[in-house]
Amino acid sequence: MFKRYKNYLGIAGWGVGRRWGIERYLYILHRITGLGILSYFLLHIFVTTSRIFGEEVWEFMMRSVDKPIFKIGEFMVFLAFCFHGLNGLRLIFIELGFKLAIGEAEEPVYPYKTSLNKQRPLLFVCMVICIVLVILGGINFIRVFHF
Amino acid sequence: MRETKYWFWHIVCGFVMLFLLGLHMIIMHLDEILGVFKFAGERVLAFENVASRSKMIGFACIYVLLVGAALYHGLYGLRSMLLELSMIKPLHRLINIGFWILGVILFIVGAAGSIIFIIRFG
Repeated sequence: MFKRYKNYLGIAGWGVGRRWGIERYLYILHRITGLGILSYFLLHIFVTTSRIFGEEVWEFMMRSVDKPIFKIGEFMVFLAFCFHGLNGLRLIFIELGFKLAIGEAEEPVYPYKTSLNKQRPLLFVCMVICIVLVILGGINFIRVFHF
Repeated sequence: MRETKYWFWHIVCGFVMLFLLGLHMIIMHLDEILGVFKFAGERVLAFENVASRSKMIGFACIYVLLVGAALYHGLYGLRSMLLELSMIKPLHRLINIGFWILGVILFIVGAAGSIIFIIRFG
């Protein structure tokens, strides 16, 4: 059984990075995108299941969500997935301590060698891939909806 | 020990989703650029396209696996956030039970969509 510590800051504790580095802000963004994707996904289950009632019901459902607000929302979900997925992959690599170029988890003693020299390049690689995917998704979005 | 097991499956589901949801996103959101798995017509969400994918056993299996993995990963993540708020023990238990029930119901709805579609239209 894990020892549980008191969370004196409550929800505010999630949002205040203060002296922590970029990883802390990625952590907050990871949670926000996770919650966003989950909210969308719960509704998505019901919308996509409507295909079992045939073409008419499906096309009716698609027409109901064929509005700019939903389309922008869909793009936001794509954006959230790109970030959440790649940041999640980074977290898996760090957490499981693969001996590739990342190094195993170690005591956070200053000057945080592992974090700065090995983990941060991984962070930049993941975020660059994320930006490339978001740009591709953006081009696709513009092509489909002729904005 | 049980918490470690839950957490391990959270990571496994995340890893599985990276590929399956990645494929889903490529089909749905990079359709104009890559155009993969568009069997009938230009609109990726046209019923003909959705039906042609849903009729394939491979896609049906992917959808069922994806629904299960996504629900587990998402609900476990939300549960972890809620448990961080230092709530009283009975509330922990309520959240655990509530999330299991919600997850199972949504999984049945999502998986039924894929299975019933194949039975009805396949």
